[in-house]
Amino acid sequence: MAEFQWPWEYTFPPFFTLQPHEETRQKQFKVWTDLFLKYLKHNNKFTLGINDQTSPLFCNESINRRLSPEFIQLILEQLQQTGHAAPLDKKRQEWQVYWHTLEEYGNMVYDWIQETGQTNSICTLYEIASGENTTQLEFHDVDEAVLLNALRLLEEKGKCELIEMDGSYGAKFF
Amino acid sequence: MNRFAYQEARLGESETFVSRDRNVKIYDGDQKTEFADGEVVLTTHRLFWGRPGEIARAAVTLCLPLSYVVSLSEETTASNFFGRKTRIIMHLRPPNPNKAPGPLDTSRAAHIKLSGKNGLSVEFHSALRETLSARVWEISLASETIVRGAESVANVSDRLARIQKRTGIGGIERNLEAKAKATDENIALAFQDLSVLMAMAKDMVGLSKNISSKIREQKGEISDDETVRFKSYLLSLGIDDPVTRDNFTSNTAYFNSLAQQICEMLLDPIEEHGGMMSLADVYCRVNRARGFELLSPEDLLHACEQLNGPIKLRRFPSGAMVLQLESQDDELIAIDTSEKVREAESLAVEELAKQLGISLLLAKERLLVAERLGKVCRDESVEGLRFYANLLLFRDID
Repeated sequence: MAEFQWPWEYTFPPFFTLQPHEETRQKQFKVWTDLFLKYLKHNNKFTLGINDQTSPLFCNESINRRLSPEFIQLILEQLQQTGHAAPLDKKRQEWQVYWHTLEEYGNMVYDWIQETGQTNSICTLYEIASGENTTQLEFHDVDEAVLLNALRLLEEKGKCELIEMDGSYGAKFF
Repeated sequence: MNRFAYQEARLGESETFVSRDRNVKIYDGDQKTEFADGEVVLTTHRLFWGRPGEIARAAVTLCLPLSYVVSLSEETTASNFFGRKTRIIMHLRPPNPNKAPGPLDTSRAAHIKLSGKNGLSVEFHSALRETLSARVWEISLASETIVRGAESVANVSDRLARIQKRTGIGGIERNLEAKAKATDENIALAFQDLSVLMAMAKDMVGLSKNISSKIREQKGEISDDETVRFKSYLLSLGIDDPVTRDNFTSNTAYFNSLAQQICEMLLDPIEEHGGMMSLADVYCRVNRARGFELLSPEDLLHACEQLNGPIKLRRFPSGAMVLQLESQDDELIAIDTSEKVREAESLAVEELAKQLGISLLLAKERLLVAERLGKVCRDESVEGLRFYANLLLFRDID
């Protein structure tokens, strides 16, 4: 896997301080949210813990700057607003973060099902996320918990039905 | 009166000003003269008499060397209309044969009198008495004679002194005694100066008030040149006549004219300080200039709130208050400050304060202004607060 390309801001000390100037702060948030998503996608991770202080994402040892937990929280809330993150616990310490929004994932899976003519048949989540047939697709390797949430969204729209079998899930698409 | 000579009213070497009085009339013996309503200036060496303003211009005036004076006395006259007043009588030595020409050279009287409408002021009188007893003119005269010729006399006394010094314990004791005497004299002289100064202080204040009021009325008695010169004297002393509460019936009028004065006074210093001065500095400067008529911080603040000329009171969001030039707007400050930050890559508040020679408070406000306008951005870390050029917003533009 190639080395992750940090943006130039990552070595700019003020980047790690929440800026009071409105316009600057919005720009700063935009760069941070992009960086969060790119970094997680690069490492194929879907969860973040705010208190994980050793993560290079929060901490640039070379200039000795780190994000405060409050700042991380704010960035994650920004991601939540655009549908790219959701808290996993009530204290909002653990977060699920995803490159595409749940709706996008859901639509991608549904499109694939339709294209491959698998409507009215049942697929397991494993098949969708890690099956041989999906290796070329965007949602390949997606976290199963994220996929489950995406499919729940589809279920609400009446496009599929989730079936629980022995602690794992399958889905039937219409 | 024949001891007077016409001379320019300029101080000689080692001669200093002692005192002055106005509305003075000279009597030749017991006779009135045409020399009335003049100004008298006493120096350590001489007494000058001139028409009002002549002495200040260093014009040719009447001059009496103090060495002529044998003794002083005074007479008190009682007039039906004006009450009592005191005249000074100066008893004089015979005139020097090669004296420069003066007024009334034919006069035979051996004394003159100084008199005024209300007599002479007590300060002048005491200054005259003390100057005469100090005999400063003799010191320089004595030193001149030594230099000029009588070298043999000097040599003899020199040799004598050397012999005296050499003679054992007696010599040492004499030496100590001489030292103690010298110290004593120094102290006496110092205190004498002080008392003369005290006597003059009131006079000086009165004089400056008088003249500043003349300047204000522009009566034309004083030439432009003198006005300018005098104003510069007064300015170097501080404010010529401070605005005080007593002169006003309403607070608003008081604060308004106070504001006017503060504005006039601080315009230049503020420009020199980069267009901004903290209120604490303003307070110090104003009260330093006012000398005795000190202002309370509240009065100063109220006056500053009235300012609406080229200077304005400004309250920063942090609560800090400064006087600021109208022309100095935030945009300019921000641009200027961000330039500085850009040159240094990053700046802490202390560094900027040091660079510009301004207080920490003002330096911080400058940076915050620049930040509010998005020109710089902050970096808060364990190392403290620093400011960087706002690359987050403007990197692409550069």
